[in-house]
Amino acid sequence: MKYLMLIWAGLWRKKTRTILTMLSIVVAFLLFGLLQGINQGIKAGLGDTGNNRLWTTARMSAVSSMPASLMDRMQSIKGVRTITHLSFFGGYFQDAKNPLPAFATNVDKLAIVYPELNITPAQIAAMKSTRPGALIGRPLAKKYGWKVGDKIPVGTTIWTNIDGNNNWAFDVVGIFDPTPQFEKSPLGSAFWINYDYWDEARKFDNHRVHQFIVQIEDPKQAPVISAQIDKLSENSPDETRTQTENAALTSQLKQLADINFIANSIVGAVMFTLLFLTANTMMQSVRERIPELAVLKTLGFTGGTISVLVLIESLMLCLFAAALGLVLSAGAIKIVGSVLGPATLLPIVVITGLLIAVGLAIISGLPPALRAQRLNIVDALAGR
Amino acid sequence: MSTLVSLNNVVKRYQRGKQSVEVLHGVNLSIEQGEFLSLMGPSGSGKTTLLNLIAGLDQPTEGEVNVAGERIDKLSGGKLAKWRARHIGFVFQFYNLLPVLTAARNVEVPLLLTNLSGAQRKQNVRAVLELVGLADRATHKPSELSGGQQQRVSIARALVADPTLLVCDEPTGDLDRENAEEILKLLQTLNREQGKTIIMVTHDPLAADHASRTLHVDKGRLVDSPVRSAA
Repeated sequence: MKYLMLIWAGLWRKKTRTILTMLSIVVAFLLFGLLQGINQGIKAGLGDTGNNRLWTTARMSAVSSMPASLMDRMQSIKGVRTITHLSFFGGYFQDAKNPLPAFATNVDKLAIVYPELNITPAQIAAMKSTRPGALIGRPLAKKYGWKVGDKIPVGTTIWTNIDGNNNWAFDVVGIFDPTPQFEKSPLGSAFWINYDYWDEARKFDNHRVHQFIVQIEDPKQAPVISAQIDKLSENSPDETRTQTENAALTSQLKQLADINFIANSIVGAVMFTLLFLTANTMMQSVRERIPELAVLKTLGFTGGTISVLVLIESLMLCLFAAALGLVLSAGAIKIVGSVLGPATLLPIVVITGLLIAVGLAIISGLPPALRAQRLNIVDALAGR
Repeated sequence: MSTLVSLNNVVKRYQRGKQSVEVLHGVNLSIEQGEFLSLMGPSGSGKTTLLNLIAGLDQPTEGEVNVAGERIDKLSGGKLAKWRARHIGFVFQFYNLLPVLTAARNVEVPLLLTNLSGAQRKQNVRAVLELVGLADRATHKPSELSGGQQQRVSIARALVADPTLLVCDEPTGDLDRENAEEILKLLQTLNREQGKTIIMVTHDPLAADHASRTLHVDKGRLVDSPVRSAA
């Protein structure tokens, strides 16, 4: 502690250089915290809740349809609790620029399979009694200012109705409030319509659905049940592909981009560059102070003590700046999270960040520390 | 008086590329406790090398160096550093103060190697700054002090841990005559009133006159027999 004045003085010997180096480290760790926060947030968003749900889609493509009758056969498999299904209606509100996340489903089963949607029995009853009814997630209702009782005209470029036109209309019978985790998911802000009504009213592809969601008793049985489900349609024109919800979502995200890979690549490149920058700063700082370090040795400081002082200086620089960067990233994550969806700065990210900062400090501080340790007093004082 | 420093057949060679250069050729020297010795000689004569060996900043190639009862030529780097902290106060020609620290902080640096508390360190620093007449400049940084004042701070730093031996390498070499005279009088006072043993390297005969004994170094040898003069 008594050496703090020497370390502090060394750190601020060239204020501008120290501040600029610190800023570089702050920005790097802000980026690290932000990217890892988004990455971890997505992983946490997937959570463990989807492991007891299996998604069954057509093997050929996730947007191809399958016979709805498959559901009864799937229900007979041991370990299957409840099955719901959904079909992509798509569509838009008023203008094609306002796409709607509209799905046709069996709402009573949907409410069981997805308790996170918080669909009430009254809302289920309202859907049953109103065939062209629609159940809307709170975020979507807020977006367009819809309320129960409104009739919503929905256009589509795909689904022609039996009247031969593409104009549909649905009555809002309920607005559900999903859990915060589901608020930003497509299901949580969806526009749910009755499958039976829609299937009868559409002109083609009847009695077929795009996806089954199977709730199972035991998540550990997921691989076995998935295989059994897919076996039902093996060698038929409607072969299926079943996987856990988590696996399906991860796979979808990977199709979009491997966030983990991108985050790690960017952070890796930034840290690598930062290593050279910090090492250069420390080397330069020690080089400029060679006569001063020689004076300390003359006064009786051992080489070991001086090298430790240099290392602590490097640690203080890196740790303080990294901590500041991580604090700023926590703030940035809140802003980004409100736009992009789930993002959170987990303690593991903070700990990893600080460990990286320690590693950075040691790697960049070690060469100048060793140089300071080996300093020959006579040569250094003579300017050799 | 007892012998504080004794050098026996000290040889110092430096390796310059492939060439070995002998700077000191079998020097024998004895310095008594309480002496104020000046070492004079032309540039490159080996006087600073001799001073560095006595101060434990360098090791001889051959021979023995005994200072304050210790064979310092036998001490390893770490032990030698600790020995320096206990026994040597060093005054440089160009002061060599740490530019980012105040005068008081500069003086405090050698005390960091002791077990003194923060309050005791501050007390000692205040006392030694008063001794060199710079108590009112304690919070000034070296850049805010004149050359003479900086050298006084340097002397205060050398004295603060109460070393056995004060080693001065051309302490007036960077000062004007007036400031040089003040520094030399200060050293003389420290020698006479506090009994400090001082070894001073200088080019300046006027500076050497303040010492109690002057030795001449030429081409790596002590050329004159020690002559005591009235200081």
